Amino acid sequence: MSAGRRVILLVAAAVLVAGIGGLVRSSYVLGILIFIALNAIAAFGLSLVMGFAGQVSLGQAAFYAIGAYVSGVLTASYGWNGWAALAVAVLAGGVTALLIGFPIFRLSGLLLAMATLGFGIIVYYVLVNWSGVTGGPSGLTGIPPLSLGAFRFDTDARMLWLSWGCLLLLLGLGGNLVDSRIGRALRAVRGSESAAAAAGIDTARLKLGVFALAGASTALAGSLYAHYLAFINPSPFGFAFSVELVVMVVLGGAGSLWGGLLGAAAVVLLVEALRSALPLLSLSHGAAEYEIVVFGLLLMAVMILAPGGLTAPGRRVA
Amino acid sequence: MTAAPLLEIQGLRKEFGGLVAVAGVDFTVMAGQIKALIGPNGAGKTTIFNMISGVLAPSAGRVLFEGKPLPVARPHAVAGRGIARTFQLVRLFGDMTVLENVLVGCHRRGRAGWLSCALRSRAMRREERRLRQRAWDVLGLVGLEARAGLPAAAVPYGEQRLVEVARALAMGPRLLLLDEPGAGLNAAEKERLAALIERIRAAGTTVLLVDHHMDLVMDLSDEVLVLSYGQKLAEGPPAAVRRNPEVIAAYLGEEAA
Amino acid sequence: MSFEAQLAQYLASGLVVGGVYALIGLGFVIVYRVTRIINFAQGEFVMLGALLMVTGRHLGLPTAAAFVLAVAVVAVVGALLERVGVHPIRRAEATAALIVTIGASIAIRGTALAVWGTDPYALDAFSPGPPLRVLGASVVRQGFWVLAVAALVFAGLWVFFTRTYAGSAVTACAVNPRGARLMGIRVERMWLLAFALSGGLGAAAGAVIAPITYATYDMGLMLGLKGFVAAVLGGLVSPVGAIAGGFLLGLLESLSAGLLSSGYKDAVAFVVLILLLLAQVAGWTPWRVAEET
Repeated sequence: MSAGRRVILLVAAAVLVAGIGGLVRSSYVLGILIFIALNAIAAFGLSLVMGFAGQVSLGQAAFYAIGAYVSGVLTASYGWNGWAALAVAVLAGGVTALLIGFPIFRLSGLLLAMATLGFGIIVYYVLVNWSGVTGGPSGLTGIPPLSLGAFRFDTDARMLWLSWGCLLLLLGLGGNLVDSRIGRALRAVRGSESAAAAAGIDTARLKLGVFALAGASTALAGSLYAHYLAFINPSPFGFAFSVELVVMVVLGGAGSLWGGLLGAAAVVLLVEALRSALPLLSLSHGAAEYEIVVFGLLLMAVMILAPGGLTAPGRRVA
Repeated sequence: MTAAPLLEIQGLRKEFGGLVAVAGVDFTVMAGQIKALIGPNGAGKTTIFNMISGVLAPSAGRVLFEGKPLPVARPHAVAGRGIARTFQLVRLFGDMTVLENVLVGCHRRGRAGWLSCALRSRAMRREERRLRQRAWDVLGLVGLEARAGLPAAAVPYGEQRLVEVARALAMGPRLLLLDEPGAGLNAAEKERLAALIERIRAAGTTVLLVDHHMDLVMDLSDEVLVLSYGQKLAEGPPAAVRRNPEVIAAYLGEEAA
Repeated sequence: MSFEAQLAQYLASGLVVGGVYALIGLGFVIVYRVTRIINFAQGEFVMLGALLMVTGRHLGLPTAAAFVLAVAVVAVVGALLERVGVHPIRRAEATAALIVTIGASIAIRGTALAVWGTDPYALDAFSPGPPLRVLGASVVRQGFWVLAVAALVFAGLWVFFTRTYAGSAVTACAVNPRGARLMGIRVERMWLLAFALSGGLGAAAGAVIAPITYATYDMGLMLGLKGFVAAVLGGLVSPVGAIAGGFLLGLLESLSAGLLSSGYKDAVAFVVLILLLLAQVAGWTPWRVAEET
């Protein structure tokens, strides 16, 4: 997609979102749209990691948690300004990714994936057990909304604007990146790592950079999430969410700018569709397990039949 | 007047498990030369290239470039020292255009980092224009401006070869390693390639090439080094090597004229 | 209880749980050696074995029959996973297969939830009776069954791999797939066999641990991950290493839970995993796990 067309699309989306926020009253619809944006921001970086660095991160939920808890703790427990806390949270996500990425990116793909899994679970344990700071299993309450002067982002419509604003901004910046020297280097590494190295590209540093970007963007999503719900506890930040993010990226198409958004939208809408359709079948245990089964089967089906996801139908993985 | 060699190979050796691919080879390449490594399949030519360019770590020996040892097993660092290479089987970035492939070669000539690229700063845009101009110039040097906008995978194989050479040239290397540049080319394409290599040398880049095609190698090179079973068999001007009986027995004798 | 007795207690329970980890780790190793894939669904095989054992006993089957049935059914599940999920993408990168097996593990877990619900199920020990005292430690009878089954399985696998044609064929595929193919071995069949074997191993582990820890639909994830750590401790390619790794992990877990704090018990395995992987990066391990040659 050319830069010009992309800008038009983003602007059109911005106008659409502005309109929806102003006109739509349904808390349910707005909530879904907000979650699509948050998940899309979280999945954005992962899509780059999986598509360009060619690695799977099974612990991305940890960065979501880092973003949410750093923002939450700084604002709720220490009275920081929301934006300053957000900046620190995003930085924390990026820096943590750099720190753990540095050693683990020297591992091969499978072990790297398992290392990220281990990291994600360890972070979860810290969240549950470091009650003094994180509030333990009961979590953290009283997280204030973000505000610009007197304008507080404390309604669904305003959070819609904020979350989508951040998403569209991220996509714009990401689009710039993809068209630039760095983006070319990323695409080169994806095309042929040996040729990219021969052309002078430090492939290890590039992959690490993508991982850091992913950590930062997922942390951004987590921070917004904390301000949206005003309350966080460890349970959404476990392995299941990491897998959900992978599903979004696989479904939407890794390595594409829009893949995260498409995948996030597809997953969120799918979950909602399942929740409304399944009570129609009278079964003893409720809809939750069917959600799980459908996700599992969907993941398998996409990987086998359409590994490029929604953005590149038929493109083979190898 | 003895100038210092541009490239010095000292006792280079590579073993893969029990197999000795390169059995201790010494040679030099002087600046401004076109030198060729020839020899039967399996003689160790590409392995030597891989050791020079940092793809493989030598089992023994070292490579000096401009008097200083090259980084071992770090291809991008070797590239940073001014050595560019092409591959035996063309390795282009298939889903990028010809121009973009060459632009990747300009990567090290740019400085724009993640932030300036994401923000499209003025400095980044200026640099981008400069790099694009350079890529165009290099495409002009190899004669492929007409193909610039095509996806690299869509271009005929002979021209893909040239794109790879262009990408290497875009790096502004002092030494260019060409691995079987003539493979898969017809006679006309080979002539075009030979002329290009001459132009490259004239512009100041030293060329070390590996190839099977005697006509290409003998006409083009200042010096030829013959390898057999990982060892140096002969080294010298093409005419002398061609007459060397050992070389004829090992290699040239099997080739039709 | 005296300190020696306490220590003996920790060691005993560590060995019992270690036996389970060893069985699960073996499943990972067998699949990885042949296919170079990490089968994320291994833990779910364990869960299925446990729950099928429960169901078998509820239906009135004697213990041995229920055990055999559970192992057989899950072996089939493993084979099915290979045919449906792994075989079609055998040419893709290993991380693609990892994602597929993650999807499979989710699907299997969801199915188990639908069939058995969220409740934990109790299972009678394989033989009745009070715990036995060994060197000051009190060990439940099932603990001996765990070790006995594990020992039998290890012995059986050893015989299989060293004495039977099929076993040698599997090993050949692990060592050199192309060479194996040239010798007439159908590599695709070996993949199927490896997955079926790992299914059976997982089921055996689950069936044998269920009387001690209860069987629930979500027991698979943690057990699978710990079994994976056991396998990595052995370098991911060594069956003996996985067995040793399993017991080592079991002991580490038990000792740290007893001597330090029980809250972090589950975290021990992951800390060990991270440390192992970091050690590999630093070059301190005598093996290089999962390196592309």
